[in-house]
Amino acid sequence: MKILIKNGIIVTHREEKRQNILVEDGIITAIDEELDADSEQVIDAKGCYVLPGLVDAHCHLRDPGYEYKEDIKSGTMSAAYGGFTSVACMANTNPVADNKAIIRYIIDKATKEGYVNVFPIGAMTKGQLGEELAEIGEMKEAGIVGVSDDGHSVIKSSVMRKVMQYAKMFDVAVICHSEDSDLAEGGVMNEGALSTMMGLRGISKACEEIMIARDIILSERTQVPVHICHVSTELGVDLIRNAKERGVRVTAETCPHYFTLTESSCEGYNTMAKVNPPLRNEEDVEAVIKGLIDGTVDIIATDHAPHHDDEKNVEFDKAANGIVGFETALALSYTALVLTGKLSMCELVWKLCKGPADILKIDKGELAVGKSADITIFDPSTSYKIDVTKLVSKSKNSPYHGYPVTGKVDTTIVGGKIIVQGGKLADIFLQGK
Amino acid sequence: MRLEKKDVLGLQELSANEITSILDVAEDMRKIVLSDTKKVHYLRGKTVLTLFYENSTRTRVSFELAAKYMSADTVNITSNGSSVEKGETLMDTGMTLDSMGADVVIIRHNMSGAPHHLAKHIKASVINAGDGMHEHPTQALLDLFTMRKHFGKLDGLKVAIIGDVFHSRVARSNIIGLCKMGAVPVVYGPATMMPVEIEKMGAKVTPTLEDAIGNSDVVMGLRVQLERQKKALFPSQAEYAKYFGINPEKLKYAKNNALIMHPGPVNRGVEMTSAIIDGKNSAINEQVTNGVAIRMALLYMLTGKD
Repeated sequence: MKILIKNGIIVTHREEKRQNILVEDGIITAIDEELDADSEQVIDAKGCYVLPGLVDAHCHLRDPGYEYKEDIKSGTMSAAYGGFTSVACMANTNPVADNKAIIRYIIDKATKEGYVNVFPIGAMTKGQLGEELAEIGEMKEAGIVGVSDDGHSVIKSSVMRKVMQYAKMFDVAVICHSEDSDLAEGGVMNEGALSTMMGLRGISKACEEIMIARDIILSERTQVPVHICHVSTELGVDLIRNAKERGVRVTAETCPHYFTLTESSCEGYNTMAKVNPPLRNEEDVEAVIKGLIDGTVDIIATDHAPHHDDEKNVEFDKAANGIVGFETALALSYTALVLTGKLSMCELVWKLCKGPADILKIDKGELAVGKSADITIFDPSTSYKIDVTKLVSKSKNSPYHGYPVTGKVDTTIVGGKIIVQGGKLADIFLQGK
Repeated sequence: MRLEKKDVLGLQELSANEITSILDVAEDMRKIVLSDTKKVHYLRGKTVLTLFYENSTRTRVSFELAAKYMSADTVNITSNGSSVEKGETLMDTGMTLDSMGADVVIIRHNMSGAPHHLAKHIKASVINAGDGMHEHPTQALLDLFTMRKHFGKLDGLKVAIIGDVFHSRVARSNIIGLCKMGAVPVVYGPATMMPVEIEKMGAKVTPTLEDAIGNSDVVMGLRVQLERQKKALFPSQAEYAKYFGINPEKLKYAKNNALIMHPGPVNRGVEMTSAIIDGKNSAINEQVTNGVAIRMALLYMLTGKD
């Protein structure tokens, strides 16, 4: 199938230029200003940005085991609506993805029912219990791109060190959920004046800062590159900046909620704002943004964490941690970072496309002749308020209902197949496959 | 006098005027509590339910009697022996009670924000009888009432709150209420049991016990949960009593007619010695009487008939 996308502004991490793109049989065959060709599909992207399909280095598809929250089909559909064409899903499923059978299940199901490319991340340790190594070699053969115990913290430094050493042998990304859960002592929101007033146990920023320092130091000593998940604190950013200056091979990600919201979103015991790491203070938001600007924070990931209504519509202490993120990430990032002049579109494309692909070592995140046709068309012209009831994810747990943003995903193409068009699932899917 | 609100969830949501009104109504209600025939008709035909997920003697009985003195029908539910043990959620429990005609649900819960969650989902009025570490509004109101009765005013009183402030909803509600009424709360306790940035709530953290008690008009002890020793919060009862307990020696720093208060139950010999608890400056038993009066006042102002 031939698709011609014309009149749009092509944005890669290198340049922003008004050009046309031609797609044939799933591959980009030409990119040029004057390009024209007879095609089955002609998409007029006038006024829109044409981006590489977004790559999410951190999400939760909940499949197997928690399909009532989300599954591979609904999760990848939600991803497509958000302009993501490749997603790396975390291993805290049920059973935990710590062996080749679960990895194969995920890949098979994604191939059959997924709307976008799925790259599984395997567990670091068996059951994510932080004690014994998971079968990283076998999982690599089955198709993982990285290992992570995200959802849990690896408390024992002796174990984390061995994970790094062992993972290096199989060339998989070491992805660290850096949290001292012992110090967190059952906390449910950021520790500070607000948690004191609300009578809620606080999670000290030290919980994140201590473990980021630990993971950086172990990385330095073992000479194994590590990637730090969801950085939310000022000191966390500083530690990573300092490590990079020393030449440590560390990369870092943050999520839109850490550069747009603070702990004040929890007021009134709003469980939609309950997330781990928790929402912090203004100075941390500023530091995270500074980190994005100067490259300390390499990428933006969603940490899409769906939870059923019944798990959020309860007492704050009991509510599950997590925010759904696929469908709001691009609009939030564009509004908070590009419209404010903090990042250019090219820099945003690095954060959301090429950067994550590089870290996961997958051939994605680029618009170039010969590359797979993973393309996202983003229309920056509409300003609107986010309506979480319209999210297509099975779960609607987001604190952004009513939040004003600019920009909508118009079209998402995966491997040359149009998945989302005009902001909704392409007709071919609605007729039944 | 009415409260133009559906619920009483905390002192955070009450204005100084509303607090004053409640204390004024409680003055009248107190007379009923001390009278020979404790029965008025203000809540006749109303249904008041207590829903307690935590143990209680004072608060629960106090609310029940307050409702009964005013002719309401009352039912007490504790989580033990109820469907809560089958896993029924708070929301479902609340809606069940709503469907049976409850006018007021009085809830005590171990999780902060539980009354707010309940109030969002039911039509009945919700009164917070203590939620986690957050607020215990009726306790603070009866404490303010007791202080006002003793000193004739609240403005300018120095109130020393001593003990485990971190876990204390009584401390938080009192700090909020005292600040709103122009009093000066100060706090002291083990550093491991002092919440971060409590100064932002309006309470001064003193460096020593003597500084806290020094020239204070009121010395309020807080109960320390003895199990917290296991969580490395304090080393032993003996050490706690020595450095943080209130005894006649320490009390010498306070003003002569300083009032001794405690929400109860008191760990005798730990946060306070028996000499203090049973001494002439102790308002601890008065607090209990005033508690019934305050709760009568609230119920009346939320849903009473003249």
